[in-house]
Amino acid sequence: MSELKLPSIDYAALAPTLILLGAALVGVLVEAFVPRRRRHVVQLAVALLAVLGALTMVVLNANDRLITIGGAIAIDGPALFLQGAILVLAAMALLLIGERSVERGGAFVAQAAVTAESADDRRQAEGAPGATEVYPLISFAVGGMLIFVAANDLLTMFISLEVLSLPLYLLCALARRRRLLSQEAAMKYFLLGAYASAFFLFGVALVYGFTAGTPGRTAGVDFATIHAAVAESPSSSVLLFGGMALIAIGLLFKAGAAPFHVWTPDVYQGAPTPITGFMAACTKVAAFGALLRVFHVAFEGARWDFTPVLGAVAVLTMLVGAVLAVTQTDIKRLLAYSSIANAGYLLVGVLAPTSDGVSGTMFYLVAYGFSVLAAFAVVTLVRDADGEATHLSRWAGLGQRSPFYAGLFTFILLAFAGIPLTSGFTSKFAVFSAAFDGGQGWLVIAGVLTSMVLAFPYLRVVVLMWLSEPGESTPAVVMPGWLTSAALTIGVVATLVLGVFPQPLLDLAAGAAEFVR
Amino acid sequence: MSDFPFLSVLTVAPLVGALVVAVLPRRRPELAKQVALGWSLLVLALSVVMWVTWQTGGDRFQFRESYPWIPNWGVNFTFAADGIALVMLMLIALLVPLVILASWHDAESSKRSVPVYFALLLVLECTMIGVFAAADVFLFYVFFEVMLVPMYFLIGSYGGHQRQYAAVKFFLYSLVGGLFMLAAVIGLWVVGGKTFDWAALSEVDISTGAERWLFLGFFIAFAIKAPFFPFHTWLPDAGGAAPAGAAALLVGVLDKVGTFGLLRYCLPLFPDAAKWFAPWALALGVIGIIYAALLAIGQNDLKRLVSYTSIAHFGFIGVGIFAFTSQAATGAVLYMVNHGLATGLLFLVVGMLVARRGSALISDFGGAGKLVPLLAGVLFFAGLASLALPGTAPFISEFLVLIGTFSVNKPVAVIATLGVILAAAYVLWMVQRTTQGTLNPALTEVEGMKRDLNLREKVVVAPLVALIVLLGFYPKPVTDVINPAVQATMQDIGKTDPAPSAGTPQEASR
Repeated sequence: MSELKLPSIDYAALAPTLILLGAALVGVLVEAFVPRRRRHVVQLAVALLAVLGALTMVVLNANDRLITIGGAIAIDGPALFLQGAILVLAAMALLLIGERSVERGGAFVAQAAVTAESADDRRQAEGAPGATEVYPLISFAVGGMLIFVAANDLLTMFISLEVLSLPLYLLCALARRRRLLSQEAAMKYFLLGAYASAFFLFGVALVYGFTAGTPGRTAGVDFATIHAAVAESPSSSVLLFGGMALIAIGLLFKAGAAPFHVWTPDVYQGAPTPITGFMAACTKVAAFGALLRVFHVAFEGARWDFTPVLGAVAVLTMLVGAVLAVTQTDIKRLLAYSSIANAGYLLVGVLAPTSDGVSGTMFYLVAYGFSVLAAFAVVTLVRDADGEATHLSRWAGLGQRSPFYAGLFTFILLAFAGIPLTSGFTSKFAVFSAAFDGGQGWLVIAGVLTSMVLAFPYLRVVVLMWLSEPGESTPAVVMPGWLTSAALTIGVVATLVLGVFPQPLLDLAAGAAEFVR
Repeated sequence: MSDFPFLSVLTVAPLVGALVVAVLPRRRPELAKQVALGWSLLVLALSVVMWVTWQTGGDRFQFRESYPWIPNWGVNFTFAADGIALVMLMLIALLVPLVILASWHDAESSKRSVPVYFALLLVLECTMIGVFAAADVFLFYVFFEVMLVPMYFLIGSYGGHQRQYAAVKFFLYSLVGGLFMLAAVIGLWVVGGKTFDWAALSEVDISTGAERWLFLGFFIAFAIKAPFFPFHTWLPDAGGAAPAGAAALLVGVLDKVGTFGLLRYCLPLFPDAAKWFAPWALALGVIGIIYAALLAIGQNDLKRLVSYTSIAHFGFIGVGIFAFTSQAATGAVLYMVNHGLATGLLFLVVGMLVARRGSALISDFGGAGKLVPLLAGVLFFAGLASLALPGTAPFISEFLVLIGTFSVNKPVAVIATLGVILAAAYVLWMVQRTTQGTLNPALTEVEGMKRDLNLREKVVVAPLVALIVLLGFYPKPVTDVINPAVQATMQDIGKTDPAPSAGTPQEASR
């Protein structure tokens, strides 16, 4: 009988994840032991410090290229880059989440258990301090994302998928206002998300069967084994294709790609806006990080088989996002469809079979994350007595009421539309040029054509803000507290700097584009 | 002096000026106007110095500068001007101060901030100079797209009737063209070995199929920008809704980016594709000449009318470019300059009329010459220049285009010549209905119509009138600059002028 051997664990390499998950546990204790009136400050500080501490560890680990904890986690260039990106964007999102001066008590409901629309509910909506469980939940989600982008086998990936998803389902339900909408969003997200997770798990099982193949072969779901199995093709490729498709469905759901996108608009609209921003930025990074790893590491040998299918998904995603964005009348839904279209552009980058494709996608993720968080930061500011005024008609003439914030939002919209000198252009160029270079010219054509369609809804908002006269119901922009101001400033400055001087980040991404296997 | 980084300074200077103007207090509009005017005059002075420094007969590209920007993609801030770019830069530097002076009171009629209007004009100048000065395809694309933003706000915020519609249409049309070009730019970058440098790219051999697609990507963008038939429908709306000053820049300079792009990018980079597509491009040009002229005749809105005349003129420029003779191409470039002067003047004068009357409809005028004789006279002069009357500058360019085309393609030249007759019809009829004939009694009641040109307006029109006459008699200073660049472009596509068909030396000696 052989001795039980513990796998070696590189704690330094895992430190970012451990810090986040530890902070989440501390947050739960804070919830139990710290007096209610101090909880908000303590929780925010704990979460922010944890994120910054984890970021420091990522920076210190920057040169690590290793596989640890028994082959479950791969700390390599893309993992570190994406972890860094998630942490930076999460810090920005935390600033939005922690804001309490825009609305009394913050954007979150005080007690999620109070029946929506009841008298108690109306009372608590008037300004009871919001729930502080939000912070440990965010820490858990971020911790899960950090594992997700570094997972080196499909089971670790599945578990981290759940770790990041479950807190998100809850967070979606915690809006202070329009609670029914918020709860409906959470329910939808949960049901569809659970469904997608099941697909993923089933896919893992099929791939495991595929690697087992002939008797005596070592089966496994770690990426090196899968890669070798794809090369040797030990058993029927039906198992491989089926497994690959099901795993892709699970990941594309999280990424918000068509035809698995239907949850996106409802959830983006119903969730509290800071959470929407968090999902649009960080969840996207995590989902595409996982897609990159699965398709560039595990299934790389089957590239000729999956590229046409995923390419079709990318085209469909861009098309659905762009066309449906045109018809939207609610700013949050518009941004949701825009994020779907952006998922399509990101897929174009994923499908470029070069390291330029990987680095371009990573660059895009960071650039888009900054812009989209800034966009949602502005959305939290345009409000009246009933909360955020998200209907587009209410934004008419905002440029005259609040030229500064309307100007910032216009800049962000121009970035989304891909006008040069914004990060939106450089990031599109990064993925499109990589795809063209990798022989995927048709995806570039589709991307360019849908960009034309997508420019229209953005332009419509610009027209509304600047060229329409303010109506009776046009709200003014609320003066943001320093937290929101900081997040907004970071987002807008990053959008500009990445558009004008993208070279440092491009270098960083190019140097981090090689996976370990 | 030739070491001075003219082009980058010229590009950046208006931007700095725009920032200065934008932060001036909104309560002091006069100060903003003066600063903007002074700044644009500085830019003009610098351009004049550049013009003087230009070595006629020197290198094709001069004032070259290059600084690294995004090394990962091989993108540089590379500026260089050939003769074609140089004359366009001069045109911009000249028109902007005049437009600022002409728009002195334009922004006050809207509720928007006056300093912002002038800041936008300066931003526009920065992007226009940049687009002509760029010698890096990526940089060119950046300016090409960013140029839309200030113009969009100029039309949308300060324009007249239907400004929102016009602004959005303008933006979307141009953006669509730009995105086609983006795809082609990326394709060119890949097949050209990951460089954006114009000089390097013009050496690259591209397979026939790829070359045609890339040509098409660029061509569509430029054809929308110029605009050529059938991509022209945005221009009458934009020109009709834009404030007169912005419209003068839009038609006078911005649209020239399209024709300039054809000469600088489409022809030298894709010579074989250019030859292959030339019949189609010629057809579009000829259709544009006739069709736009017919539509111009039917217009009842002065600004839309002028916009349609411009589309007809762009047809001439397109014919001149795709005839592939040096006469026609020189004519086309000269046309770009002269059209900028003549149509710029026409737009500014029409703007003065419209500002006085409060309406752009021709039917609201009638006999206006009796009230404002000087203004009516300038309108008549601008109209004559626009129809290319001999003695005005546009005549020379139009004539060069026509004879250059006739030597290689008689049918096109003959049909295009019909456009000259139509031009006479739309200009003269417009002038007649506006300023001649019996006085429209409604006009006498309009306060504005009692004032003829004031000193500011005279200062605006005088340099343009003078230049149109001067270049009409003595175009040599401009053609000397243009000719080498045009010859080089013709060499790029490997076309030589046909030998004169009558009386070659051998025949004469026989």
